[in-house]
Amino acid sequence: MPDPHHPTTDGPDPEPSPAPDSGPAPDPHPAPDPHPDWGSVSGLGPGVAPDTDRPGAAGARAAAPGAPPPAEPPPPVAPHGARAAGEPAPLPPFLGRPRAGTRWRVLAVVAAGGALGASARYGAGLLWPTEPDAFPWTTLGVNVVGCALIGVFLVVLQEAWQAPPLVRPFVATGVLGGFTTFSTYAVDVERLVHDGEVTTALGYLALTPLAALTAVWGAAAGTDRLLAGRRAPA
Amino acid sequence: MTWLLVMIGAAVGAPLRYLTDQRVRARYATPIPGGTFLVNVVGSLALGLLTGAALAGAAGSRWQALLGTGLCGALTTYSTFSYETLHLAETHHRRLAVANVVATLLVGLAAAFAGAALGRALWG
Repeated sequence: MPDPHHPTTDGPDPEPSPAPDSGPAPDPHPAPDPHPDWGSVSGLGPGVAPDTDRPGAAGARAAAPGAPPPAEPPPPVAPHGARAAGEPAPLPPFLGRPRAGTRWRVLAVVAAGGALGASARYGAGLLWPTEPDAFPWTTLGVNVVGCALIGVFLVVLQEAWQAPPLVRPFVATGVLGGFTTFSTYAVDVERLVHDGEVTTALGYLALTPLAALTAVWGAAAGTDRLLAGRRAPA
Repeated sequence: MTWLLVMIGAAVGAPLRYLTDQRVRARYATPIPGGTFLVNVVGSLALGLLTGAALAGAAGSRWQALLGTGLCGALTTYSTFSYETLHLAETHHRRLAVANVVATLLVGLAAAFAGAALGRALWG
């Protein structure tokens, strides 16, 4: 979403000036690891906010006033996939409140993405309508596809693509968050039970989380492998 | 027209989810994805209410598009819920991952049932 006031920037928070890194205590990481862990990623919503202060940037800024670098030595250059095997990741950091302008822009892209995602879900419902007492395949499909896509997207973002800061809130929080839905799932279960379709209700109740979790896990792991294969020496 | 109503509702619901999640995270420093839990429960309650009202003829298809498909649909999310669960499991919080799924399903469904019952009672 272009902002007429900042025609030249591609994100809410142009990278902070490189100055912080040249402080009295030279940063041991030549480039602060932009992907310290999945924590910041999982915070889809909030993780997003931090685009203002992506973990790396925040760390650099915090250290700016001359604070020594974090005590623990930098992890050995983490090979991708390391997270799976890896050390317990730090909790998702809460990174201060974004600047006002940034905040509005993040909200705007989340709203736009949400509108797009919900439209797609609505369109799917029109294309593949579900009879009132039937198994809600369309909603199940939407949720599973959305879960697979978020798995792919966030791993790519994590490991292979330094996207502009607004990309994650737009796609993950907005489009995919708006595309998938929990409330329709829950209310459909209720409706099926209320209509006496208890077996269908129970099947739907159990199948959705199983399929959704399998989808997100499979998509994330598959993407991780693909990216690993690409990077491995031939 | 209906499409537009869905979009308007979602353009409110998605940012609400984002803001809720941010607030919850700001307040509680925990790996538990409480913000997503909260929006999913509240959204299920609201959609249950709306559905109850709709069945009783008190909410027409436009309201359902705006508030149901749009607002509640975008306020709640399955993708973030799943991804956060995966993240918990992969960061040595397996019990929390299981708890997140169980709690979200139980409380979310309870909210939907309560909302629908309330809706039927109020408008039925």
